[in-house]
Amino acid sequence: MNTPTAQFLPPDRIVFAGDWLRGQKHPTCKAILDEHPPKDGVRLEAPQLGQWDSTLPLVLLGLVVAYRKAGHSLDYRQLPEGLVKLLDLCLASQRKAATATVDAEQLSIIHQAGYFGLRLSKAIGDIANFIGELVLAMGRLIAGKSQMRFRDFHGKLLISGPRALPIIALISFLMGIILAFIGAIPLKWFQAEIYVASLVGIGMLRLMGPVMVGIVMAGRSSSAFAAELGTMQVNEELDAMRTLGIPLMDFLVMPRFLAMSLMMPLLGIFADLISILGGLVVAVVYLRLTPLSYISTLTQTTSIKDLLVGLFTCSVLGILDSICGCYQGLHCGRDAEAVGRATTSAVISCIICIVIAVSLITILTVVLAI
Amino acid sequence: MQDISFQVEAGSVFIVMGPSGCGKSTLLRHLIGLQKPASGTYRLLGKEYWSLPPDEQTRLMRRVGILYQRCGLWSSMTIAQNIALPLQQYTTLPQKEIDALCEYKLALVGLAGCGDYYPSELSGGMQKRAGLARAMALDPEILFFDEPSSGLDPVSANRLDELMLQLQQSLNSTLVVVTHDLDSIFAIGSNAIYLDPVTKSIAAQGKPLDLLRHTDNPALREFLSRGGHRNHAQ
Repeated sequence: MNTPTAQFLPPDRIVFAGDWLRGQKHPTCKAILDEHPPKDGVRLEAPQLGQWDSTLPLVLLGLVVAYRKAGHSLDYRQLPEGLVKLLDLCLASQRKAATATVDAEQLSIIHQAGYFGLRLSKAIGDIANFIGELVLAMGRLIAGKSQMRFRDFHGKLLISGPRALPIIALISFLMGIILAFIGAIPLKWFQAEIYVASLVGIGMLRLMGPVMVGIVMAGRSSSAFAAELGTMQVNEELDAMRTLGIPLMDFLVMPRFLAMSLMMPLLGIFADLISILGGLVVAVVYLRLTPLSYISTLTQTTSIKDLLVGLFTCSVLGILDSICGCYQGLHCGRDAEAVGRATTSAVISCIICIVIAVSLITILTVVLAI
Repeated sequence: MQDISFQVEAGSVFIVMGPSGCGKSTLLRHLIGLQKPASGTYRLLGKEYWSLPPDEQTRLMRRVGILYQRCGLWSSMTIAQNIALPLQQYTTLPQKEIDALCEYKLALVGLAGCGDYYPSELSGGMQKRAGLARAMALDPEILFFDEPSSGLDPVSANRLDELMLQLQQSLNSTLVVVTHDLDSIFAIGSNAIYLDPVTKSIAAQGKPLDLLRHTDNPALREFLSRGGHRNHAQ
């Protein structure tokens, strides 16, 4: 196998020779350019060229592009025919790509800010439109004029409710244990271990239970809604519904929205019970309390108000989770990547909405002394 | 897209053709009411579509059937349920009659007995035919096809062409076919428009064979003769 070389022959020729194969040490484009900076009238030749693969065209392409950027021409027509054709193909597609991207590159900051503003206002309009349509669909349902199929609703109830129980149970139990352990340490300092029941009860019932259920359902169901609807968009199933005049809100959004909004408070109650059980395990095993004293303290220090605040929070989060999932799915693009983006956006927007909603509800309950 | 003006004769097979990126699918989305044109008018079945209230638009669209490029069959339903849904939504027929109609539509496209299959259980060609059966569910006056032969082997594509022609002749409906499949264009097209990918407008209009024989547009000649390698004019 002959060593690949690129020799500059004065006054204006660069001659390539040897075998240019992957894995062999060869002169790089940069080395050739450093040794012989671009100038006019240079031509490339390769009369003694042996075998070559993509290594050689890559170097040649680099040279041609560098010459063009420097405002000089580089004649490569004397190279073997195969190489010339490859370079022609690459340069033609590079020209097209350059034409396509020139507009984006030339945009000033003001233009980009303008485009961002337009996109933002469109997104706000779309969300407002979506919520408006959802309200109308709800009105149709209440008036008995909805075209929602109850079979779909039943299916979504199963997915959003009973099938989520194992994961909710696992996480709630662990959250109860974690909360009890964290609380146990300072409570022990004051010999007030018995109040671990209050800590777990109030903490889970009011805040942690709803937040945890909201986040689990965002990752489990909202993302599934976005992926299902997004895939329907890609497969033109949504177009088929639109052109047939089948209302997407009634058919696709309402079953998911209702199922999740109705199931979330129930999941919240389930999560509360399981987390209290987790706290009980810590209280009995670690703090040596009796189950009766744990339950007794829990019932004395927590009220129905705590449970109701938690259930209200759950309902709000259920509504937000379903809206985020369905909105992202219906506004998905038309390729596989777009489905992935819609799913990710659904989860992220759910989490942001959960944090904002829980903050507002917490502030509200403090201000109203609930 | 700009300067788009054409009429589709009732009972004809009208082809919208052009190379990739010329705007065929965009034009189709305008024709089936999924996208509103920036300006101009669109008359569908004698009515100015975009000036109608939404309810009227929907009612008008029910007189139209569409076979999408990816079929658009609802994947969570069986083929029979796919065909039955528009009938359940927009007719007062009893379920028994709807079931019979579904079986009839499936038989028309050669899929008798396949109603209980889900779309994912069918081959590409069968999915296209099932999509066509659904498109015909409400006995439409116009059928739109988006790249009907895409993803099909030549034999299946040919069978679909024959099926489309048979249905068009027996039901006397109008077919609007968006395609760049030359075999389909020459086999079924009675009239056609050619969209130019550069100007994004209509570059030629006429019968496909006439266009091939008499055009002085080099891009269209190249398109219709597959870069000069095929001669359908013979």
